[in-house]
Amino acid sequence: MNAILNPERRAFLVKSAAAAGGLAIGVRLLPDASAAGAAEGLTEVTHWIVIEPDDSVTVRIARSELGQGTFTGLPMLVAEELECDWSKVRAEYADVNEHIRRNRVFGSMSTGGSRGIRDSHKYMREAGAAARQMLVAAAAQQWGVEASELGVAKGVVFHTPSGRAARFGQLAGAASKLPVPKEPALKDPAQWKLVGTSPPRFDIPAKTTGAQVYAADVRLPGMLHASVMQCPVFGGKLKAHDASKVIARRGVQRVVAGPDWVAVVADNWWRANEALKALPVEWDTGEHGATDDAAIERFLRTGLAAAEVPVARKDGDAAAAFAGAAKIIEAEYSCGFLNHATLEPQCAAARVTDDRVEVWVGTQNGETTIAAASEVSGVPLDKVIVHKMHAGGGFGRRGPHQEYTKQAVLIAREMPGTPVRVQWSREEDMRQGRYRPVSIVKQRAALDAQGNWIGWHVRQADQSIMITIVPDNVKNGLDPINTRSFSDNPYSVPHFVNEYAMRNPHVPPGFWRAVAHTQNPFYRECFIDEIAHATGRDPYALRRPLLEKKPRDLACLDAVARAIGWGAPAPKGVFRGIAVQDSYGSYSAAAVELSMKGDKGIQVRRVVVALDSGHVVHRDAVEAQIQSGVIWGLSMSMHEDITIKDGRVQQSNFTDYPVLRLAETPPAVESIIMPSGGFWGGVGEPPIAAVPAALCNALFAATGVRVRALPLRKLGYFYA
Amino acid sequence: MPLLKINGKTFDVNVEADMPLLWVLRDELGLTGTKYGCGVAACGACTVHLDGQAMRACVLPVAAAEGRDIVTIEGLSPDGNHPVQRAWVAHQVPQCGYCQSGMVMAAAALLENTPKPTDADIDAAMTNICRCGTYVRVREAIRLAASTTPARS
Ligand code: FES
Ligand code: FES
Repeated sequence: MNAILNPERRAFLVKSAAAAGGLAIGVRLLPDASAAGAAEGLTEVTHWIVIEPDDSVTVRIARSELGQGTFTGLPMLVAEELECDWSKVRAEYADVNEHIRRNRVFGSMSTGGSRGIRDSHKYMREAGAAARQMLVAAAAQQWGVEASELGVAKGVVFHTPSGRAARFGQLAGAASKLPVPKEPALKDPAQWKLVGTSPPRFDIPAKTTGAQVYAADVRLPGMLHASVMQCPVFGGKLKAHDASKVIARRGVQRVVAGPDWVAVVADNWWRANEALKALPVEWDTGEHGATDDAAIERFLRTGLAAAEVPVARKDGDAAAAFAGAAKIIEAEYSCGFLNHATLEPQCAAARVTDDRVEVWVGTQNGETTIAAASEVSGVPLDKVIVHKMHAGGGFGRRGPHQEYTKQAVLIAREMPGTPVRVQWSREEDMRQGRYRPVSIVKQRAALDAQGNWIGWHVRQADQSIMITIVPDNVKNGLDPINTRSFSDNPYSVPHFVNEYAMRNPHVPPGFWRAVAHTQNPFYRECFIDEIAHATGRDPYALRRPLLEKKPRDLACLDAVARAIGWGAPAPKGVFRGIAVQDSYGSYSAAAVELSMKGDKGIQVRRVVVALDSGHVVHRDAVEAQIQSGVIWGLSMSMHEDITIKDGRVQQSNFTDYPVLRLAETPPAVESIIMPSGGFWGGVGEPPIAAVPAALCNALFAATGVRVRALPLRKLGYFYA
Repeated sequence: MPLLKINGKTFDVNVEADMPLLWVLRDELGLTGTKYGCGVAACGACTVHLDGQAMRACVLPVAAAEGRDIVTIEGLSPDGNHPVQRAWVAHQVPQCGYCQSGMVMAAAALLENTPKPTDADIDAAMTNICRCGTYVRVREAIRLAASTTPARS
């Protein structure tokens, strides 16, 4: 990790490693001559693991640390199989450039979709197991004994009959020359000692002292700082600007323009930003300059009105069920755009010379970053160096979209050799998001004469994210992600149809933490509550039999019901809501207990979330993600709202895009971590999904008011 | 030419009188532990201590900080051992960590003024934004730090 703290030295060492002929010997600081002597002993046992003579084990991490704990969780998986001494383990980013030169040896670098562990646990565990076998084989060779006679514990290989023992650091050199075993056997989970515990996270101490260096904090000799303004109307272009009006200002070095943006570069970011505010700029706003929320809503409504639209899933014969229904319930739900608002506004630093590009960025995907930097500079991939910095929040904002990286490279290219740091202002970050899409969903439920729920018709009018990122993944007009939680809903309703009318406004969409599992479970689980109340049933009791074929969803629902005391009446003035949702390979449910202060003041007293992620790697990090997910869900439910007028985002900062604060945090946020084993589910997003619905269902219980559109703030509610 | 006293050292900085202290710290002095999150005193990422009080450096003109005692996250303790920092590690508070310099500074100022804060005191003092949602642990860590810091008489 120390390698990350000093970008300059890291850069030098990466360069040296590259010059030395490709096969990285790790990116290691060598602070003095005695340590330099150890350089020869730096040993890459597999491409994931470097073991040094002092027994330190460095695990390379291809995913990104966004605060979810991946920098600690992935090494735990390696260490579990390696049987090394955990106190000697550290983590560093797998170098992106090396990854490219070694034919993508580190696999996917994508850090989204809660997949840090669920998509890489197998090869990380195998790396640990393979390295252990190689160390054992090296000892067996040296001692002339059978490998099967050797034991391994805490970084030591030992041969009990002869009393011989050797530390990993002594064996690593020989082990690294042996072939890497393919598909080594892995431990039975019952034998795990480290996985499932909660060692202190590696990244935390530096985050309490100000020592953690984010991309925003990279400072290089001679560095300049840039503030950027992009056309506020999405799709518009830069028409004119007058650099002469600001170029003489103190510290200002240059004004750089792109097709749809303009930047001021100065020796201090405040000077750059003040000059940018004073810069006369004219935009060609293109065809969307008059679009507003009402126009977008009208457009979406054409999707509700359309006679025929693509069908994402169909069970039984919904039309017949509705034709023969004794009662039909219908409701329309909607949600607007939301911004990620990572607390570190988008930023990236770059240094460009004729044949080389370096970027420093907090990215959710090193590969999209290196591709973006190469694309805009024309410098080939193998000449692009990406310094991955821990990101100041990600939430889906820093993955496929790399505008800030491209801008940093394009600006730095104008002044070869000079490092330039692009820092978006908060206002820019608010107005140039990649927003959680808008949607309107109409649901209908058919009930038979006994009140049984027999038919369910879902029509989504919704903005596709995928069409802007991987259009090939959109087949037959269906976005495979945006229908989730309807198309894959767990309920056994015999006649079901999920229709999907794609309607794409000009506002750029993005993967916002939990993506479609933010709005769709709210729509679905509140509508089910409506069915329960319309038929005089208990919302929990209505769901249970419909989930019989989905035991893990049911188990989570049961767990939160039990914890919140659903069976017994709530104390006077206390009201409860419940909801369930599986996502990203995990199962989750939430229960909320609240009281009202007046008509609109919501006092959330307790939130309980159950999560079954199959296996749990770092228990405390899972709990932290549940707490974080509750805050995220409560924040989006009450506060967050991006509105469009004159083609542009109206919000500018946390003053008009409020997010949840500490005083609004419920006094009790309880996690039920209930891994049932046998699978690897995600953790970063699943705990969010059921929270908004559980909240609004509790609000209905308290007030009789059914909320069908978020945020609650717009309806006058507040957290009391 | 403001003369600034930061973390016990004196700095002679040659900047405009209206430059916010935040950008003096970050871009003139390289003290990047203090973060930029909003620039309008709305998030608390830039919290420093000015004569022992929590202040948002993004809206504090450097001229107004002249001659005052400025402490940044880098100067809170020599070795990261301030009771608040220890409590932060004990409760594994940070996630992405970007808000945490400001959180730690706000909490340290709270405990300096109110060694045994009530829950309401904590709610009132800790108005910093954490987008990662670490609030549950921030509360727990402040309670721990308060319990491990002897109350001054
Ligand atoms: S940056 Fe100063 S309060 Fe947000
Ligand atoms: S830890 Fe990420 S913003 Fe607070």
